[in-house]
Amino acid sequence: MSFELGDAWFRYPRSDHPALRGVSVEIPAGSHTAIVGPNGAGKTTLARLLLGTLRPQSGYALFEGRPAADWPRREMAKRVGVVAQGGPPVLPVSVIGFVEMGRNPYVRPWAPLGEADRAKVSGALRRADLEELASRAITELSGGEVQRAKLARAFAQDPTVLVLDEPTAHLDVAHEMEIFRLVRDFVDAGGSAVTITHSLHLAGRFADRLCLLSDGRLEAVGSPMEVLRSEILSRVFDWPIEVVALDHAGLAGLHVVPVDKGRDPTHSGEPT
Amino acid sequence: MRSSRSHAVGLLGLALLLVVAMSAALAVGPANLSLPEIWKALQPEAGESPARAILLWVRLPRIVAAALSGAGLAVSGVLFQALLRNPLAEPYLLGVSSGAALGAVAVLSLGLAVGPAGVGLAALAGALIAIATVFRVAYAAGQLDTRVLILAGVVVASFFGAGVMLVLTLAEGRTARSALLWTMGSFGQASWQMNVALAAYSLPAALAAFGLSRHLNALALDEESAAHLGTEVERVKKISYLLASLLAAAAVSVAGVIGFVGLVVPHAIRLLWGVDHRYLIPMSFLAGGSLLVLADAAARTVAQPLEIPVGVVTALIGVPFFLVLLRRGYARKPL
Repeated sequence: MSFELGDAWFRYPRSDHPALRGVSVEIPAGSHTAIVGPNGAGKTTLARLLLGTLRPQSGYALFEGRPAADWPRREMAKRVGVVAQGGPPVLPVSVIGFVEMGRNPYVRPWAPLGEADRAKVSGALRRADLEELASRAITELSGGEVQRAKLARAFAQDPTVLVLDEPTAHLDVAHEMEIFRLVRDFVDAGGSAVTITHSLHLAGRFADRLCLLSDGRLEAVGSPMEVLRSEILSRVFDWPIEVVALDHAGLAGLHVVPVDKGRDPTHSGEPT
Repeated sequence: MRSSRSHAVGLLGLALLLVVAMSAALAVGPANLSLPEIWKALQPEAGESPARAILLWVRLPRIVAAALSGAGLAVSGVLFQALLRNPLAEPYLLGVSSGAALGAVAVLSLGLAVGPAGVGLAALAGALIAIATVFRVAYAAGQLDTRVLILAGVVVASFFGAGVMLVLTLAEGRTARSALLWTMGSFGQASWQMNVALAAYSLPAALAAFGLSRHLNALALDEESAAHLGTEVERVKKISYLLASLLAAAAVSVAGVIGFVGLVVPHAIRLLWGVDHRYLIPMSFLAGGSLLVLADAAARTVAQPLEIPVGVVTALIGVPFFLVLLRRGYARKPL
């Protein structure tokens, strides 16, 4: 078990509305878990509890059996690589300098990077297909390249678990596929991953398990088949959603199709 | 981050600059000593002479004090800019200088016969009170809120500044003038005794700051990313704040208020060699030391026999330089 939440509650200071209200979920090692749900459902808060940057006010959040917030950050960073949300980078560092920061938890203060560290960094750059951009400033990269650089930095941490918070927000379809493919390959090579995403169909294709959050509660958890169901999604997103199973030209999978309320006769009676 | 070769050349060049600046500063001063005279007087086998006494007991302590203070102020500036993620942050922003000034001015105006060391200690006490007040306000629930830190610092600085004005208003003419001169900065009171204390204090602090380089690089991204890269964010913020404040307090208690070193030096290094703290900190250390040594040499020679406050020299150099940086849009960058 990599992560485990038990009846976890969290309310941000100066907010009277709890962001998470009693979430219990286990995230097994060796799987790719996608966390999905409407805006404001508590997905990012859930990730922060898993990562120990927030501590639940009641209930528990464990990583490898120990409260996540009690982990020394350095030890956590050797095990968990994170691609966090956040705006475009503002610090004018080179891509390789950016990826080298992934070795921070391994290098002693005052010491330079060792041979092994450099090897990990070039391996991570190769894996994310960034070798040719290594000396470019991170501030000059496109959105897709920046996300790959963040992923490369996480790879350089040599983690067993990846946690990604909307890694494909603002990316076009090709870059979206690229990121999900890299994460899937990481899991297939023996790692675990937790991905927060709004892309229901990619979550269905690339993840083994889905956790559907709504208003701070876990609405459904299970395989894509179990969670991506028309009646569940339509209720949670408060919008008519159809799920179509497709097996066409190698596109085996579930396709989540929001229905245009204005035109679809089956839903024309609902208020828009 | 530029190539490590250009960094190595830069480090070496700046180390050389510091040596050259200190040697050059040794050669200038009110007592007209020619280079051969200086060389002769400094030979180990040379006996006591007025020239040797001037060099070893007047000029050299002053040069060493300038080098240590400049180095400390520049490193302090790097730390404050990284901690507050604000390019305008400088060692005195958070009330350190006003606290020190009030301490020193109070002692000087009361006419207490405490000597330069006593004034230094009073300044240090004032600085530490200001630092502790600001920290206490910004530190809540285990977290240091850097936005509160800036606001509290600026307000505390105004408060102590008002205290300085009050004391100067009430003081009589002669003591008021010496107190006022103190606030403008001078290494005229430097002594070996003071330098030993300054070195014992600021060299370990600068070394500790250098040890935080990787964490400061990570913090420059954002606090959450830094945590995920293994940085204990709150601990590093607290340590950087204390190191930066102590470095500034040490410099200000030896030399009075000397502005712009902590602002201008780190920005110049960033422009030339990039934002990597592993280089930024040692390079700022060397460049800050060189700048103050040269500024002090100028301060005691350009208007002989008068000595102008070294803070005036650094501001006269620093302001035009900073305006050029602003004009180039540099201040819009995060670091």
